[in-house]
Amino acid sequence: MEITVNGVVQSIAAAEPDLLSVLKSNKIEDPQMVAVQLNGQFIESSQYAETILSEGDVVEFLYFMGGGSR
Amino acid sequence: MINFTTEQLNRYSRHILLQDVGVEGQVKLCRARVLVVGAGGLGSPAALYLAAAGVGTIGIVDNDQVDISNLQRQIVHGTKDIGRSKVESAAEAMRAINPDVEVRPLATMLCADNIMEIIKDYDFVLDGCDNFPTKFLVNDACVMAGIPFSHGGILRFDGQTMTVIPGESACYRCVFRQPPPPDSVPTCSQAGVLGAIAGMLGTIQTAEALKYITGSGRLLTDTLLSFDARNMDFRKVSLRRQEDCPVCGAHPTITELTDAEQTVCALK
Ligand SMILES: [Zn+2]
Repeated sequence: MEITVNGVVQSIAAAEPDLLSVLKSNKIEDPQMVAVQLNGQFIESSQYAETILSEGDVVEFLYFMGGGSR
Repeated sequence: MINFTTEQLNRYSRHILLQDVGVEGQVKLCRARVLVVGAGGLGSPAALYLAAAGVGTIGIVDNDQVDISNLQRQIVHGTKDIGRSKVESAAEAMRAINPDVEVRPLATMLCADNIMEIIKDYDFVLDGCDNFPTKFLVNDACVMAGIPFSHGGILRFDGQTMTVIPGESACYRCVFRQPPPPDSVPTCSQAGVLGAIAGMLGTIQTAEALKYITGSGRLLTDTLLSFDARNMDFRKVSLRRQEDCPVCGAHPTITELTDAEQTVCALK
């Protein structure tokens, strides 16, 4: 099935992929490094493993970015 | 109404020519007060462009000294400034660009005890600090004080920014609930940053400040703009205020400011 991750369509082999595995397949090893929106709604990090994605879902990983000064 | 001198009319003529700014907008800029948090990578271009734009009062807060490793991106400082207080070095460069502006160098570290007292004198805050505890502190204080601000962060080839109008648009905590665990997210000093990325993001933040003051265009409110300069990909993600946001939501749980564990004031 196809989902959109950060604006790019991705094909997922799994029939019922969960959010955590999609994070991992997008090289986000530590889920606490991002905030995640699914179809415009934020998902708590404790819910990633239980959140099952469906065809056409839109996922956004919003990265923490702290640099600026030093 | 401010009566501009001929010299000022010339200095600001490219603003005055803009339909969205004009004499009225320039008057607003000359009366505006903006606080720049951090005289580093993001604060450098911000300080220079705000001064050049004639923003009447510009506060700049940083407790650091100029180091040779800063000069690759912190363009408000020069080689001769190594070892000097960053805010004094920045203030000198800003006054050299535009003697009309009042520059207030604040050689201190923002912390829970002093931030409200400092930000209350400003119309807009531009966050260019380098650590998460301060970013969350700036967000919480600005939301509580009702002062609009621009969030900015950079790392490697990436940048992100959003503009927050407290009470109207999503705040930083609506997106990122709490600082990431220490050391889970690298900083520029650990992972590096392409120097010009600081300029790209700092000038976007400054443009937001100038747009807010002059009331022109549409701000990056309810929007996280991020870019990856490796391929020059720019993206906007829509956000909205979260009912359950701990600071700007319906039932806030953060009602007073505290310094996070990596105590901000104790940071070098
Ligand atoms: Zn909020």
